[in-house]
Amino acid sequence: MFDIETQVEPVSEASPFGPAIEFRDVELAFDDRVILDKISFTIRRGETKIVLGGSGSGKSTIIKLVLGLLRPDAGTIFIDGEDITQCDEQELTEIRKKIGMVFQEGALFDSLSVYDNVAYRLAEEGIDEDEIEHEVIRMLRFVDLEDAIDKMPIELSGGMRRRVGIARALVGSPPIVLFDEPTAGLDPPTARTICELAIKLRDLEGVSSIFVTHEMNNLKYLSSEYAIVDGEGRVHFEEEGDKLCLINTKVMMIKQGAIIFDGTDEELQLTSDPYIHRFIKGR
Amino acid sequence: MALGISSLMNLISRFLVELQDITLLFWRMLRGLRKQPRYFDEMVRQMDLIGVGSLAIVSLTGFFTGCVLILQAYPTLEYYGAQSSAGQSVAITLIRELGPVLCALMVAGRVGSAISAELGSMVVSQQIDAMRALGTSPARKLVTPRVVALVVTLPLLTVAADIFGLIGGGIIARYLYALDANSYITSLRTGITIQDILGGIVKPIVFGFLIGLISCHKGLTTQGGTVGVGKSTTDAVVLSSITIIIADFFLSKVLQGFFSSTLF
Repeated sequence: MFDIETQVEPVSEASPFGPAIEFRDVELAFDDRVILDKISFTIRRGETKIVLGGSGSGKSTIIKLVLGLLRPDAGTIFIDGEDITQCDEQELTEIRKKIGMVFQEGALFDSLSVYDNVAYRLAEEGIDEDEIEHEVIRMLRFVDLEDAIDKMPIELSGGMRRRVGIARALVGSPPIVLFDEPTAGLDPPTARTICELAIKLRDLEGVSSIFVTHEMNNLKYLSSEYAIVDGEGRVHFEEEGDKLCLINTKVMMIKQGAIIFDGTDEELQLTSDPYIHRFIKGR
Repeated sequence: MALGISSLMNLISRFLVELQDITLLFWRMLRGLRKQPRYFDEMVRQMDLIGVGSLAIVSLTGFFTGCVLILQAYPTLEYYGAQSSAGQSVAITLIRELGPVLCALMVAGRVGSAISAELGSMVVSQQIDAMRALGTSPARKLVTPRVVALVVTLPLLTVAADIFGLIGGGIIARYLYALDANSYITSLRTGITIQDILGGIVKPIVFGFLIGLISCHKGLTTQGGTVGVGKSTTDAVVLSSITIIIADFFLSKVLQGFFSSTLF
């Protein structure tokens, strides 16, 4: 088993070089059930942390803690250098503006059209309608769903709902994006499209992200491919190899609320831990 | 014995936790009224859904309640030779008690269940989490407009139910018991006081507030997927209905003290 590095760097208040997200000895329990047991990790700016783990291991709880939807029993959580465990709901609202969240099933508002869903955050902030329209179209173009702008969520397929969810999360260009099992239940090509969007965000927009998943294909795409733009502005995906090794993607594995691995995908493949081995090999 | 005490303590602590949650929701709702954005469009939409949407069933309930009141009361009044008081008896019963209570119960069944189911579905499909993640307070965006809409529309619906009830009573008195229409109307006009009308307006304001707060609370605390939505919907209707009946007694007592010259 890998030793987990618990020594963490001091955080400078909202420093442009400090980590985007940092957990220090975070604990959470519901009644007698321990959900997270003293977990500590750091996500640097522009870095993607792939969080692996079985069902009920505490992966999605980490995301809820980052958003401030849950409060830890102990420990501190820093978002952009700010300790959110001390924030009230009003302060959390300001911090949430820096974070985009992609939910498992999209979590689109059923009563609103695709346009209104994507425009939601800007409309709530009272932004000018022309500006909202421009931003919504830009985001829907990013997820290749411009044609669905007037549709209602009920008319969309599962994959389209997730992509609209991504567009909604990216409105306002938040520097942090959280993905909560965004490919669960999707066919492989659609799941690949979602991963490509996450790669584009990481490599072309410099977004820091947490990507919660238990699908090994996602790990393979995110940890071995990168996005580049050619001279004509088209985006291409290439695999890391001799000329480039991705250092902006890390993998973390959780088991029963504790981190059992935190490192690169290459290190993960070399681990001798039987649980991790079974998880990544499927047997 | 020990088990019994432990169950009782559990019940009390659950009640206190529930009361605390509802009070917190009420506080957040009040703050929602104070701060921008106030979601006036949503309030108007809810008033249309709740008020206009419930008008038909409330009017029908009021009409037939008025009919049955005169049907039951008239033979007794006739026995004592007090047929001329038929209008007054219907008016007082309807405006003071049955109008506000029956109207509130109908709205609790129709609107309370809808609110709870809608918010509960939003919880299980993570739309409430999404709303919070997008920087919106669910209390301000969802609870405040619904409670305000209920507080505004329930008194109006009650007035509609009262009017249809009086009309229903009049029709039965005229065509079943051959009571003179003028005698019925005169009895109504002399029998109703301003205190009756005020009391009949104050009660639905309180009932509307209770239905809104309880239904929103039950919806927002839904747990356990679609089964949980069903449970919270049932709980919302049952708790709202019981609270209405209990609150009616205390409100009547308070109003009785307030308008001490009249009988409430």
